[in-house]
Amino acid sequence: MKNKILPFSVIIIFGIIFFIFYKGLEDSKIYTPDVNIKKEIPLFNTKEFFSGENVKSSNFFDLDKIYLLNIWSSWCVPCRQEHPFLMSLNLDNKVNIIGMNYKDNLKNAENFLKELGNPYKEIFIDLDGTLAIEWGAYGVPESFLIYNNEIIKKYIGPLNQQLVDEINLFIK
Amino acid sequence: MKFSRFVLIFILSFSFSSVNADEYDKRNKITKNLRCLICQGQSVYDSDSEFAISLKIVVDQKLQEGLSEDQIYEYFKIKYGEWILYDPGLNKNTYILWLLPLLIFLIGGAIIYKSFIVRK
Repeated sequence: MKNKILPFSVIIIFGIIFFIFYKGLEDSKIYTPDVNIKKEIPLFNTKEFFSGENVKSSNFFDLDKIYLLNIWSSWCVPCRQEHPFLMSLNLDNKVNIIGMNYKDNLKNAENFLKELGNPYKEIFIDLDGTLAIEWGAYGVPESFLIYNNEIIKKYIGPLNQQLVDEINLFIK
Repeated sequence: MKFSRFVLIFILSFSFSSVNADEYDKRNKITKNLRCLICQGQSVYDSDSEFAISLKIVVDQKLQEGLSEDQIYEYFKIKYGEWILYDPGLNKNTYILWLLPLLIFLIGGAIIYKSFIVRK
């Protein structure tokens, strides 16, 4: 009996370890953040992009309206790629696009908008990147679909036609 | 009078520097336990990415607001999920991680006890 316990428990231990490693193999190694989160939008104080006046975040977002908060920067190359899609979204006028200018030189940012157009209804400034952290963002570009002061969906990386279609579906 | 004032300033200056040092240590400890989510295998402390730089500023702000270490971890957990912590808490997703070593230790101990000590 004694002699049987040892091999038996060894087999069980290896069985457990094998099972855990096998399960681990199936998991994706790439970290994928949760994008379908229903979270309240954060409250913060910031500065308006053009006037430089202090503003409260509650001034930007009304209830019962759909907003797309877009984090952008003039130094960010993918932002340049997604800009035409923001312009096309703005044409339909169904969604209010709010811009968050991320760690940027304001002069460069203004030139960026002059060159490519301004799809934003309002723009506010995040000089040190702390507001982006408040929003749970990873970097630029990133967009948040907002309804009733809640984040419905998060788009990490540049928008493309497929995502614009998806946003249009949400709006309908 | 002058002397006592001098002593007071001396003591105060030391106490302030120790407060700063404490805060600095605390900030380092916290940022070492936060994962830089856009880097590979780096903590926020080690990274100089835009994300990590901003996160360090936020940690400083939260410390100045008087939040404790655990409250700061909780804040980032709400914003980014459990993945941002290098030291995950015990919950339904991590119980195997915490209990398996203990289980293996117990079973191993039992085997050693059975086969060596009882045999004697």
